[in-house]
Amino acid sequence: MGMIIQGATGDWEVVIGLEVHAQVTSNAKLFSGSATEYGAEQNTQVSFVDAAMPGMLPVINEMAVRQAVRTGLGLKAQINKFSVFDRKNYFYADLPQGYQISQYLQPIVGEGTLTIDLKDGETKEIGITRLHLEQDAGKSIHDQHPSMTLVDLNRSGVALMEIVSEPDIRSPEEAAAYVKKLRSILRYLGTCDGNMEEGSMRADVNVSVRRPGDEFGTRCEMKNINSVRFIQQAIIFEANRQVDILEAGGEIDQETRLYDSVKGETRSMRSKEEAHDYRYFPDPDLLPLEFDDAFVEEIKADLPELPDEKKDRFVGDLGITPYDAGVLVAEKEVADYFEAVAKGRDAKISANWVIGELFGNLNRTGKSLAESPVSADELGKLVDLIKDGTISNRIAKEVFEEMFDSGKAAADIVKEKGLEQVSDTGAIEQAIDDVMAANMDKVEEYRGGKDKLLGFFMGQVMKATGGKANPGVVNKILKPKLDG
Amino acid sequence: MTDLTRLTIADARDGLKAGTFSARELAAAHITAMDAARGLNAFITETPEKAVEAATASDEKLAKGEGGVMEGIPVAVKDLFCTKGVLTTAASHILDGFKPEYESTVTTNLWNAGAVMLGKVNLDEFAMGSSNETSYYGNVVNPWRRSEDDQPLVPGGSSGGSASAVASFSAMGATGTDTGGSIRQPAAFAGIVGMKPTYGRCSRWGVVAFASSLDQPGPMTRSVRDAAIMLEAMAGFDPKDSTSVDMVVPNFEAALTGDIRGMKIGIPKEYRLDGISSEISDLWDKGAAMLKEAGAEIVEISLPHTKYALPAYYIIAPAEASSNLARYDGVRYGLRVEGEDLADMYSRTRGEGFGEEVQRRLLIGTYALSAGYYDAYYLKAQKVRTRISDDFKEAFKTVDAILTPTAPSPAFAFGEKGDDPLAMYLNDVFTVPASLAGLPGISIPAGLSENGLPLGLQLLGRPFDEETVIRTAGVLEDAAGFDATPTDWWRG
Repeated sequence: MGMIIQGATGDWEVVIGLEVHAQVTSNAKLFSGSATEYGAEQNTQVSFVDAAMPGMLPVINEMAVRQAVRTGLGLKAQINKFSVFDRKNYFYADLPQGYQISQYLQPIVGEGTLTIDLKDGETKEIGITRLHLEQDAGKSIHDQHPSMTLVDLNRSGVALMEIVSEPDIRSPEEAAAYVKKLRSILRYLGTCDGNMEEGSMRADVNVSVRRPGDEFGTRCEMKNINSVRFIQQAIIFEANRQVDILEAGGEIDQETRLYDSVKGETRSMRSKEEAHDYRYFPDPDLLPLEFDDAFVEEIKADLPELPDEKKDRFVGDLGITPYDAGVLVAEKEVADYFEAVAKGRDAKISANWVIGELFGNLNRTGKSLAESPVSADELGKLVDLIKDGTISNRIAKEVFEEMFDSGKAAADIVKEKGLEQVSDTGAIEQAIDDVMAANMDKVEEYRGGKDKLLGFFMGQVMKATGGKANPGVVNKILKPKLDG
Repeated sequence: MTDLTRLTIADARDGLKAGTFSARELAAAHITAMDAARGLNAFITETPEKAVEAATASDEKLAKGEGGVMEGIPVAVKDLFCTKGVLTTAASHILDGFKPEYESTVTTNLWNAGAVMLGKVNLDEFAMGSSNETSYYGNVVNPWRRSEDDQPLVPGGSSGGSASAVASFSAMGATGTDTGGSIRQPAAFAGIVGMKPTYGRCSRWGVVAFASSLDQPGPMTRSVRDAAIMLEAMAGFDPKDSTSVDMVVPNFEAALTGDIRGMKIGIPKEYRLDGISSEISDLWDKGAAMLKEAGAEIVEISLPHTKYALPAYYIIAPAEASSNLARYDGVRYGLRVEGEDLADMYSRTRGEGFGEEVQRRLLIGTYALSAGYYDAYYLKAQKVRTRISDDFKEAFKTVDAILTPTAPSPAFAFGEKGDDPLAMYLNDVFTVPASLAGLPGISIPAGLSENGLPLGLQLLGRPFDEETVIRTAGVLEDAAGFDATPTDWWRG
């Protein structure tokens, strides 16, 4: 569902396009051999090339090219076997070359699509315009000296993929779903770690509004937003700002705006007139980037199963609901965990345990899946104990809590606490007899036609056996006895 | 003992091998010559201690019968090549105090081949100029003088310091770089040999960039054989330069067979410019006659887009330069002039750091790449460049080499063209087309002007066919028998 803003003069539809900058997972920078590790001491990952010393020349990192092609294939996009690196010229203290090497007219990846998952289980196709490779800039640090700006060039030259969407997004929720899905795909592919806090992924958000069905309105671009929540907030603020202007009879200026997450507002950075003239031209230090079909095929052969395919398989082959499947495939680690649990077991029960108890306990304790005290193997064994009747579902939940808190194996907990389900008909018969003897009045009522009391007796028997009685066995014995 | 500085590289190599003299003696003779020639202002930085040290190492190798192809040969390095721990200026104020932590690939190759560095030689600032009048470190003077006066003459540019050092016998050879003629034109002005190899033959890594798609290092020497020896030492594939070409470096000296019988030499009719002096066109005719005499066939050819080469070059080269020189911003190295804010610091640093000609070209280049002008200027110029390349491809279907004059005039006096950039740019009219096409070219001294100044002829060849160029040049050199040298007035 698109976001509609109801103005005094009628409805306004919000139109959104995203440019996501994703840091390529690679040990080296795009055009130099420098390391790319996050959080290293300032200016320790800087080569002569990254510092733009005189006479230094860029040499393309093949790994980055492979990662871009891999990502393109993951986005079902056109792979351009011929692409060109251009220089985007502007001056800034953390841009040592005085230009950023990017791809302008001929990017390495062309049009593709991304399917986003919406709340009601619906999906929507968002067009990908292009993906290109470019260098990151360094970092200017303004708050460590009263009068000087310090520059850290560790990021200078790090490989980024800029992934540009079509203006197909219609609400903050869709934008969030887009970013999450893109991040999921990149992580599956291993081409970007998607870590927004560390700046491995950030988005420029383009927003405009229009009367439903009209042509696109004038857009504003908000630069460098580094969380899904801020992206949504920025869109809401910006769309409303634009509607207010239009409703008051004003016009939208095409401009670049800054989203201030503290104040929750957007502010003008520079207008179209103040926009840089980047003087793009093909970088004469680099030949056009060319590769053959075999190169692409080799990468294609190595592609993992991606979330959409996995989801289809979970639904089609394993009988999981589309919603649950969507939850399970969002993170590759979760899907892997689930598959390990479900291997040779009932997939639906396994899914319920992962989504219900496991996620619940992870949320409760603020742990990530990687930190889970319960391994997929152990959870699987717990499911086995339910399946073979050793414990009941209810007991299993207690056992799981214990497993999660102590890290002990399910079988050990069951044994230690004597939680094995009682299927021994003798013991159960005894319990039934005791319950019936203590409740003769209710027995009479039952026999007088009050069938609903069967549940009462079930409960009493279970209570009497400390929940360990096998409900199936209880049911089997209880009914004939009550019926007399 | 003969004056060791008068030897060619080939002679010196033989003498060193035979033990007739030592590398130290050779170095000492050149250090003395270099000192004596200070009036020419060829050197920005002299490195005599390094030269002695390297020569000592060469002597040790030679004594063991080891050593590279240029073992013990003293050379000068254009101050556009980064040399580790040695001031590297590009003849610009903006690189004040810059001592690289790295050594360019070409000079590394030279040192690996045994060459000995005498120092860093002057040039037009950032190699932008044809007369060596734009250096922050002052004008370089041509060792040659007109027969009628003592007026100091320009050595050509941009590799003017290289030309002056080699012509004044201060160095046996020098590295140059050629973007639109910066090796060939000063070689012609100074009566020496200068060779620009095919674009991609020598690595640009560690060479301060002027125009990346055109810049190409090459040797400047006193004979074609020396150029062949030195080029072989400088050349080679370099994975650090993406535009370097992965091809085997041939034995260029072996190309000097002296036999050009049956070869076809093209004479491009479009190079017969209106107003060109008769002494230049006479020399050209004489050169053609000599090659014919040696058994080559002379063929008139057409390079129809020649007249567009100069304007296209003066769009493309400044455009690339405007981007290449953006890194000189006062932030990390070289000159910084403090300002009120970042933008002010940039404009003060670059305003003071760059000379007038560099600023002119940066402005032209910035303009040519600007939105709204890009298509009309840069893109158009690139299209012209393709046409010019195609012209040469077509011509080389019929001919093996092309003969032209190197420059439209002999060396001129300082200030003579300084006020008119367009007149200055015309110096490159014969050299620029081959630069745009990336072809190998050589200039050799082939005669003297009426007032006693050297004149050069240029030979051009197919891409990566330096061997044919060298072979033909060797024949022309022998036939021309140019043996004039400037009087050594500078020794005072």
